Amino acid sequence: MRDKKVRVLLAKPGLDGHDRGLKVLARGLRDAGMEVIYLGLRLTPEQIAEAALEEDVDVVGLSCLSGAHMVLFPKTVGLIREKGGGDILFIGGGIIPGKDIPGLEAAGITMVFGPGTPIGEITGFIKERVRRRGVDNQD
Amino acid sequence: MGEKKANRELPERKKEFKTTVDGAVVNRVYTADDLGKDRQGDIALPGEYPYTRHIMPGGYRTRLWTMRQYAGFATVEETNNRYKYLYAQGQTGFSVAFHLPTQEGYDSDHPLSAGEVGRCGVAIDSLEDMERLWEGIPLAEVSTSMTINATAPILLAMYAAAAQKQGADISCLRGTVQNDILKEYIARNTYIFGPAPSMRLVTDLCVYCAQYMPQWNSISISGYHMREAGATAAQEAGFTIANGIAYVQAMIDRGMSVDSFAPRFSFFFAAYTNLLEEVAKFRALRRIWARIMKERFGAKDPKSMMLRYHVQTDGFTLTGQQPLNNIVRVTLQALAAVMGGCQSLHTNSFDEALALPSEEAVQVALRTQQIIAHESGVTDTVDPLGGSYYVEWLTDRIEDGAMRYINEIDKMGGALKAIEKGYIQREIAASAYNYQREVDSGEQLIVGVNRFTTGGEPAPKLLEVGPEVEQRQISRLSRLKRERDNQKVGEVLNRVRVAARGDGNIMPALIDAVKAYATVGEISDALRVVFGEYRETGIL
Repeated sequence: MRDKKVRVLLAKPGLDGHDRGLKVLARGLRDAGMEVIYLGLRLTPEQIAEAALEEDVDVVGLSCLSGAHMVLFPKTVGLIREKGGGDILFIGGGIIPGKDIPGLEAAGITMVFGPGTPIGEITGFIKERVRRRGVDNQD
Repeated sequence: MGEKKANRELPERKKEFKTTVDGAVVNRVYTADDLGKDRQGDIALPGEYPYTRHIMPGGYRTRLWTMRQYAGFATVEETNNRYKYLYAQGQTGFSVAFHLPTQEGYDSDHPLSAGEVGRCGVAIDSLEDMERLWEGIPLAEVSTSMTINATAPILLAMYAAAAQKQGADISCLRGTVQNDILKEYIARNTYIFGPAPSMRLVTDLCVYCAQYMPQWNSISISGYHMREAGATAAQEAGFTIANGIAYVQAMIDRGMSVDSFAPRFSFFFAAYTNLLEEVAKFRALRRIWARIMKERFGAKDPKSMMLRYHVQTDGFTLTGQQPLNNIVRVTLQALAAVMGGCQSLHTNSFDEALALPSEEAVQVALRTQQIIAHESGVTDTVDPLGGSYYVEWLTDRIEDGAMRYINEIDKMGGALKAIEKGYIQREIAASAYNYQREVDSGEQLIVGVNRFTTGGEPAPKLLEVGPEVEQRQISRLSRLKRERDNQKVGEVLNRVRVAARGDGNIMPALIDAVKAYATVGEISDALRVVFGEYRETGIL
């Protein structure tokens, strides 16, 4: 039996070091009662995938402000899916042009949260999605 | 019924008005009674110690600030074009944005560079790239700022070598290299090595400049990135000065006399939208630095005491929602920088919350500076807000707040210790979270984000850097690695390793290495072998 707390892994793939948003989100998710594994920055998709599976998380949040998201996000999702993390929810954030969002969604990022998103919107989204999936799984 | 009574009965918009400096309550009105009588001498005149009002007596009446737009993307050809465009538009100084692999010591063909090449800046792998970046731009005549830290000694070596190839004497080169590694551990995070070897590289560069490049600003001690990471104005001021103290001390520990290098120490700050607080911050910063240099370090040369600084308007405040509103924000921020007395200014482009700036957005940003300079009238007199009861009160307030942080860090044993303990990082993270909660609760109002929203506004035309840029850069790099004298490269890299292990200045070995076309990645690897790599501990 696993505990009921939603487990979220937050990470910054690539070389970009702007981690304000992710650090604020980490605190916000903790205040909302979630368990947060903050992996930090300058990570390869491989490192993130390994940690996500090892930590058995429900959600993986990726942030990128350098413009490398179209390479790094899909690669990270692909690796995790490949290795059996099929039910993990992926969310993304950073400086992501709107025209890239459909591509990221197609690659498995369920939601991209842009600059200015209130924390409550993200915690609400995670709670709703993770709970709904829990119910679906019981069917 | 008298007017007085009517005024008293009108309810105010909010229960409490607070500064964003430190949360202090703002009074309805300020008078002479709010100013510390003992502080009258702290204000003085422009050009007079402690330089509260400006470092030069004539301010912008004598010379306008340098309009220095930060630019760099894709490969050297695209960036060279953008530089020439900006120059033709009236920009007066260059500022290079390097892509992240160059900043972190990887070549464009390194696995960690995948997806990053040419995205956040221009891809520079070798001296060949640096030479092409400045094709048609006479380096002896321009002033250039380079935002580079962990690999600053390598990139400065490349810049100097490229200038020499153009026939310039390096002692004439003017510009600034950021070279501020301490703030990288606090915010922005483009470090490679641990704090101790990094400090050695920083001081090697400063010593080299003091000896051979006397017109070059050898460091730009930066609060900007801390502010972007969430620091308040008082934290930005206090933490930056604390880092400045650490660098000055490190140079003195190397046996340098303070007046031999301090005149070439420069600073870099953010300007936020709160106009009066930001003006006060710059005034307070000048005063704090002047006092510390004179009283603590015994500087005699007034130039050692003068805080000279570049300002960038604030990226964090730009909104993806209703992006044209950002033009107004940038205007207010630039006004704060100018009324605060900056020496150099970058104005952000309105589309930066969405992507790298487009040419149109960059032009508006530069025009904003030109309109302030030539139409607003604020440049006609020095320190136009000096003597405003509120601004003087705020200046004192920021000085006191910053000094509290500086004293706290002194007690911990200096900035390096405070960073190692995670103190500065935690203070900033707490401020960032606090701010976000205020925004989320609506206490902090942001037009177009949590009030006056529209939704569904059309996206502006954005700059795109395609994946072909990466391929082009990688094939250029592999051609270089084939065609250069690789035996020579092996020798110079060995010399870099030997120099790194020794305790002499590493710059000569780096200059030889770049001239032999050793790459940023190869030279950084040579240093990694000696210095090791630093991993952050994920302080929340």
